[in-house]
Amino acid sequence: MSTPELEAVIGLEVHVQLATRTKMFCGCPLSFGDPPNVHTCPVCLALPGALPVLNGRAVHYGVMVGLALGCDIAERSIFARKQYFYPDNPKAYQISQYETPLCTGGHLGEVDITRVHLEEDAAKLVHIGTSGRIHGADASIVDFNRGGTPLIEIVTEPDLRSAAQAREWLMLLRSTLRQLGVSDVNMDEGSLRADANVSVRPAGTDALGTKTELKNMNSFRFLERGIEAELQRQRERIASGAEVQQETLHFDPQSGTLTPLRSKEEAQDYRYFPEPDLPPLEVTPAMVEAARADLPELPAHRQQRYEAELGLNAETARLLAFREGLGPWFERGLATGAAEAQTLATWITQDLAAALGGADPAGSKVEPEALAALVGMVNRKEVTASAGKAVLEKLAAEGGDPKAIVEAEGLGAMGDGDELEGLVQAAIDANPDAAEKIRAGKQQAVGAIIGHVMRETKGRADGGEVSRIVREKLGV
Amino acid sequence: MIDRAQVEHVARLARLALDESEKDEMARELSGVLEHIEKISELDLGDVPPTSHVVDVTTPLRADEPTACLTREQALDQAPATQDGGFLVPSPGAAPA
Amino acid sequence: MSDPLELTGAQAAAAIRAGDLDAHELFEAYRARAAAEELNAFTWVGEEAPATDPDAPLAGVPFAAKDLFCTEGVPSQAGSRILEGYRPPYSATVVRHLQEAGAPLLGKTNQDEFAMGSSTENSGYGPTLNPWDRTRVPGGSSGGSAAAVAAGLAPWAIGTDTGGSIRQPAALCGIVGLKPTYGAVSRYGMIAFASSLDQAGPLTRDVTDAALLLRHMVGQDPNDSTSLPFPDPIALPTAQRLDGLRLGVPSELSSDGIAPGVREAFAKTVSLAEELGASVDETTLPHAPHALAAYYLIAPAEASANLARYDGVRYGLRVDGDDGLLEMYTRTRAQGFGAEVKRRIMLGTYALSEGYYDAYYGSAQKVRTKIADDFREAFDRFDFVITPTSPTVAFTLGEKTDDPWAMYLNDYCTVPVPLAGLPAISIPNGLSEGLPVGFHVIGPAFSESRLLDAAYALEQAIGFDGAEARA
Ligand SMILES: [Mg+2]
Ligand SMILES: [Zn+2]
Repeated sequence: MSTPELEAVIGLEVHVQLATRTKMFCGCPLSFGDPPNVHTCPVCLALPGALPVLNGRAVHYGVMVGLALGCDIAERSIFARKQYFYPDNPKAYQISQYETPLCTGGHLGEVDITRVHLEEDAAKLVHIGTSGRIHGADASIVDFNRGGTPLIEIVTEPDLRSAAQAREWLMLLRSTLRQLGVSDVNMDEGSLRADANVSVRPAGTDALGTKTELKNMNSFRFLERGIEAELQRQRERIASGAEVQQETLHFDPQSGTLTPLRSKEEAQDYRYFPEPDLPPLEVTPAMVEAARADLPELPAHRQQRYEAELGLNAETARLLAFREGLGPWFERGLATGAAEAQTLATWITQDLAAALGGADPAGSKVEPEALAALVGMVNRKEVTASAGKAVLEKLAAEGGDPKAIVEAEGLGAMGDGDELEGLVQAAIDANPDAAEKIRAGKQQAVGAIIGHVMRETKGRADGGEVSRIVREKLGV
Repeated sequence: MIDRAQVEHVARLARLALDESEKDEMARELSGVLEHIEKISELDLGDVPPTSHVVDVTTPLRADEPTACLTREQALDQAPATQDGGFLVPSPGAAPA
Repeated sequence: MSDPLELTGAQAAAAIRAGDLDAHELFEAYRARAAAEELNAFTWVGEEAPATDPDAPLAGVPFAAKDLFCTEGVPSQAGSRILEGYRPPYSATVVRHLQEAGAPLLGKTNQDEFAMGSSTENSGYGPTLNPWDRTRVPGGSSGGSAAAVAAGLAPWAIGTDTGGSIRQPAALCGIVGLKPTYGAVSRYGMIAFASSLDQAGPLTRDVTDAALLLRHMVGQDPNDSTSLPFPDPIALPTAQRLDGLRLGVPSELSSDGIAPGVREAFAKTVSLAEELGASVDETTLPHAPHALAAYYLIAPAEASANLARYDGVRYGLRVDGDDGLLEMYTRTRAQGFGAEVKRRIMLGTYALSEGYYDAYYGSAQKVRTKIADDFREAFDRFDFVITPTSPTVAFTLGEKTDDPWAMYLNDYCTVPVPLAGLPAISIPNGLSEGLPVGFHVIGPAFSESRLLDAAYALEQAIGFDGAEARA
């Protein structure tokens, strides 16, 4: 009997810092990179007697995310206290949502969303090694600037089937959230953080294997590598007849290894209960409408529109819609009316992408209007396709106006007038062997003559026209 | 009824150090109180909705406008130990339990 | 004029406004008495009188605040050693409101640690004594405020009530204590015990003072999400009669477990109410006997979370060990908290822990619903519900410290009220064995002005004289 193939079953828990001005439950401004403990107040320091008051904009952003992901928005959601002792958690409970979150259901791409809820971020704990102040112990310093930053937690169903897919999906989520404008979604700065629940099961079954929770994968690459490493570890264990233990693992990007975070005898018990300091959160129809009105077009919708209204093929539409900022950039070029949609889209996703070496067109020196003008010139044969590529290289390197570049470099296509006739005659004269072969019926020898003309004209001549003239002159 | 092992577990969750005699005393006292409390299990509460907030209101929403913060000196003023502008603590051995 | 320390708060304010009394001198006179007191009612007394405005509503008449009200730059320790010497950088909203109304802070008063207790014996700073009999407790947890007002060490005071912590000490000290409707007074800056139950209220020599002080305490606070606007300003009471008033006596809270002397005083006051024109009938609060059990699950559960912030990191006591963070936490909390606080943290943690939540905390929340329903039904037939405030008069120091449940039974009559979020007042209605007894009037939400009016009419008819305790 052969061992059945084990397929990956992956779900993500994503924490996103919201780009509000102030913290979730107090008026302290959000900050990044400031000196420690300059943005605190009785509430976010958890001084005795302080009480939370919910940030309305954080709720608005949460509803926007819920709508963007197609979730059900709860008319009433409940805040709860999630209790654990840790120096970065000053109340020793995090105000989160538990049984009744703000959003449930929904999906993004091929992945179903379980829930989206509101909560507050922890403070920052900086390890400093030994301190003279604490005898014999390793010490850390707590900075409460970040403590209380508004977060949404997005939990997916275990719908992902590979590490690469998990990475791809997280990029799609980031792109969606960035377009919503609700977060900086920057993994380096920690405004986007993902944990993964990973298990394996015999391919084709519905069984759920024992899952492990992976933390600290603070880049897209580490997320993929971490999951990959864990999948391999689980597969090896099962192959060796061992079982997967339910545990939380910390990914070390340096060594690529996973180490258990908690000792097993210290089982966690968060003792959730409804937060008595905050009555239920009501989201009125007016609040939902206000959030809907603030929704920009999202990648999936944009792709659909490009296919349905502009007739783009699915792959091009997806490429334009899913890369942040690229859709609007494309549409600016389209708005000039200088180029047809699919042609312009192909130039962007293939020729320009190649010219830029994969860099973001929207962030390049190329203006979309300029690209559209160039594509129009090529289509009207004012510039040959190969000269067009040369102009594109120039645009990519220096920017500017394609027409001006064409004129300055003398790249304009040659008409079918006497000049071209003369050049072709000169090329025939300079390549008598080739001319003889063509007369003898070896059509492919025409390439030598065309090549000569192109060299002389720096590619401005239309290859088709040149070969027509050659055939005419040689009587074939 | 709560036994000594449960007392130890709960004390750990609550981060309370109890010495050996305190554990026994705590088990005895809590069991005494629980004996009275457990009478509510005799009530038929099947379809009764729970009350977490006695007044039926919804939470007010704050405008996202910054308000004044404490100075760092104020923030650290009452701290038992500080260093480099922060609150000094023994390093946690492992991440949140 | 007569001894200014014999004036009630309202009388003193009127005298200052009329130019017959100097606010600064009044403060000094109280300051001197408070500084020299022997009841251990105060944990801190102000050094000098702040400048006050005689035209302000409270005209410079000072007030005492229970220790757990955060007061900027002033020790605010909630009766706990874990907060010894803690001076907050901000003041509780209710303290600010009173100061803005022209009342300077005279001092901070002793209390059961984190308001957990019914005798003030659980203070980390020693028990407060009852001014009527110094071998007895003043009740609790606002025992320092009650004793200070009863002994004439302060014109009036504020306290907090979670299960009876204003009304029971008021009863045991022979003064007036009012617990407002949940949400009427901001909790911002009140060191929390049980968030869904805690309410601040006045402890005063008479009903008029309670109304005047309360008037300046209520109001919605943008810093407290559970606070509510008070529908109408608190009116000063004027009623002489109770004509047409329907009073209900719940059978569950007026017979079993009530001391004979307390029952007798209660019956006398009921007769007086009838003489004033009220009708009194028996009613029922079927779930009230389970209120104590529900309370001793809900309050400790919330407290176990509220008190988790005392971790030795940002303020208060810290006890480092040799073994890192965990030992710092457990030693700090073991040394900083007293026995009753530890018991309740343990009880609350247990009630919320995995596998027990539904049976304990979940059930208690359902009982809470039933208790609120019971009151709603009673108020369909009655304007107010009346009971004795405390089942007994003041007991002797140490009498109940060995038996937690016996101590908890002190709150038998008061504890259903905060579970339903209702307002209630306790007024002195005579002596039993030479010690004060309290009469407890419970009203529907936001009925404070009517409640005060009825209490005022009864107060006039009862004619209780508390001068003995101030001597
Ligand atoms: Mg979370
Ligand atoms: Zn803050």
